[in-house]
Amino acid sequence: MDAIPNPNAVTIEDAESVRAQREKLPLYTPRVKVFPKQVSGIFRRLKSVTLVVLLGIYYLAPWLRWDRGPGAPDQAFLIDMPSRRAYFLWIEIWPQEVYYLAGLLIIGAFGLFLMTSLFGRVWCGFTCPQTVWTDLFMWVEQWVEGDRNARIKLDQGAWTAGKITKRTIKHVLWLLIALLTGGAWILYFHDAPTLVQDMMHLEIDGAVLFFIGLFTATTYLLAGFAREQVCTYMCPWPRFQSAMLDEDTLTVTYEEWRGEPRGHRKKDQDLSGLGDCVACNQCVAVCPTGIDIRDGSQLECIGCALCVDACNTVMAALGRPPNLIAYDSISRQVGREQGATPRYRLIRPRTLIYAVLLVLVGGAILYSLWSRPSVGLNVIRDRNPLFVQLSDGSIRNGFTVKILNKQRRQRDFILGVHGLPDAKVTVVGQGGAHPTVWLGADPDAVTAFRIFVKAPAQNLAGKSTPFAFVIRENAGNEPGDSERHKSVFRGPEK
Amino acid sequence: MPTKIEKDAVTGQDTTGHEWDGIKELNTPLPRWWLYVLYATILISIVYFVLYPAIPWGTGYTEGLLGHTERKALEKSMSELRASRAVYIDEIAKAPLDEIRARPELFKFAAAGGKSAFADNCAPCHAAGGAGRPGFPSLADDIWLWGGKLTEIEQTIRHGVRWEKDEDTRLSEMPRFGADKILATAEIEQLATYVLSLSGGGTASAGETTTAALYTEQCASCHGPAGQGNREFGAPRLADAVWLYGGSREAVARQIAAPRHGVMPAWGGRLDAATIKMLTLYVHSLGGGE
Repeated sequence: MDAIPNPNAVTIEDAESVRAQREKLPLYTPRVKVFPKQVSGIFRRLKSVTLVVLLGIYYLAPWLRWDRGPGAPDQAFLIDMPSRRAYFLWIEIWPQEVYYLAGLLIIGAFGLFLMTSLFGRVWCGFTCPQTVWTDLFMWVEQWVEGDRNARIKLDQGAWTAGKITKRTIKHVLWLLIALLTGGAWILYFHDAPTLVQDMMHLEIDGAVLFFIGLFTATTYLLAGFAREQVCTYMCPWPRFQSAMLDEDTLTVTYEEWRGEPRGHRKKDQDLSGLGDCVACNQCVAVCPTGIDIRDGSQLECIGCALCVDACNTVMAALGRPPNLIAYDSISRQVGREQGATPRYRLIRPRTLIYAVLLVLVGGAILYSLWSRPSVGLNVIRDRNPLFVQLSDGSIRNGFTVKILNKQRRQRDFILGVHGLPDAKVTVVGQGGAHPTVWLGADPDAVTAFRIFVKAPAQNLAGKSTPFAFVIRENAGNEPGDSERHKSVFRGPEK
Repeated sequence: MPTKIEKDAVTGQDTTGHEWDGIKELNTPLPRWWLYVLYATILISIVYFVLYPAIPWGTGYTEGLLGHTERKALEKSMSELRASRAVYIDEIAKAPLDEIRARPELFKFAAAGGKSAFADNCAPCHAAGGAGRPGFPSLADDIWLWGGKLTEIEQTIRHGVRWEKDEDTRLSEMPRFGADKILATAEIEQLATYVLSLSGGGTASAGETTTAALYTEQCASCHGPAGQGNREFGAPRLADAVWLYGGSREAVARQIAAPRHGVMPAWGGRLDAATIKMLTLYVHSLGGGE
């Protein structure tokens, strides 16, 4: 082994993992505070870029406009609770289509499974809102109070004027960010420019105020105080993520065979028989969840790879090869230990299955969205009375017919019945009895009609005659939309 | 209680000291704030104990500082409901029936109120939805004994049918042709056949002159020469497919020999004017309103 040129280039941190500290304690332990140290490197840059992009999307998306024609909301992403509509760009979702949300969640779940089995907990480390906002809050904290050692000193120090000032500035900034977060959340449920204008004039109703308050409070508490406790104790994902990990998954790992035996090195010490780890504890000091990655893969690790950056900085300073702590798979590490040059195995049965499921569910949802009809027909038949005997001997049944017009224009439909010879249809309130009737469906709405259907008794099969309502759009020469709804016609026993 | 805390050989972690059949539990301590959340929920429950009725004792219970009772809460919500309905009820009491029918919002309220009042007061005889039963006319069909216009329906509801305590009640009586020996049994049988033939349901030819003459003499004054009925007397139309007391030859003969007469109470004294109007509009909307 080579000799280390200058060991003093590395600071030795007085850091111990929360796990090690916790194990000395009884059944319930006081919170072990974590003071993550600033670090620079490729993963830190990646994390910062992700943070800016995601927060940018979160804060700006409600302001994106999308023209849907007159009378319709022009907000690209809007969940309009009072009028029971959700808008996503060109897609408009009605309440009964909420299964698309279930589909979206299934896609999200399989996406998470796939990403986790490929790259470990990238969701946790880079994109989870808890991580993003915690990172932002930590950045503020660092800016106000200084880096790790300054923060520890401040935390342990007496409440001097300086400490009070710094803490006040930090909490005010946190609360401001939290308020902006809570405020932006509401914008997805209201027309953003109108709501912001109303806020400026202090004209917001109790419900809006409540939700802004709720999200302000949760952001402040979760990102400012709870932080890694959310990941370790509240979130279910770390508990079952190990089911998606295998030896080929890329995770943040410590190359134990290369690092051990670890220890502080002296200048010009003979390094033969010693590992590359100089026990500087930089990896522990930068960890946002306060763990020691050298203990192996563990529940608390969110896979943010900041320890990789920290260790690589140290290895570079010592002139050692990088990636003692690496974003790598177990099998590659084992391979290297045995002297081989192992390859990445991204295509595995597990990842293939997740990918296929993801494509299947995604395809099904896209197909369903693509082919969904722009008109719906619902029929509720009267139960009391089931049928009415009329003076001319014919039988009348009552129905409530609802036409769901999912287009933003008034449409005319022709309603007829199939399977009931000589049946006559009457729209209550319009009078007359005809084989077919015209129904005008209001734009983007459900229009309900009371319908009486009259049929001669001799044309009925008995107590129950199956038939169907059919509506066809009157669209001039073009083939219009049509829908069919099966029902039964009730009559006296024969 | 933990008895023997040991160090686990594999993980190097302490055990909790609990042991079940040789199975020991590793001590993975929760943060203390998590425990405090549990204590906080217990504290909140105490707040409820103080504010709301909580602990019973033999004859009473701790009433709580807020003085809340379910009975009072119900009364309050009922009075709020009545207040919110009062606007419509006053409008309905004032406005004429035609006008209510022409105003969609008011009509919707009236029909809904009528539906509920109908279920309470009318459905026991006329069946849910006004479907009717043998002896109790259907209100959803296109035939009316006493008239199907709004005012006629209101009149029937208000004063009843053959309800002697009401002076303006709708009154009529058909002679008991058999029981009072006005006609012979054979004549009644012939008449029944003839009556059924008026609506196309009989087997005898309507041209049978003697029976036709008998019908004209005995029945036509109320039921009309062609069996078209007369609403002034509540005389049912005979020339249709709907029979209040059954459409078989036996049932018709029985009705001629010893007629049954329906009685409906006058609702004028029992229900307020607005409710009667709502009932009228509801019944009118069932499918036969004229």
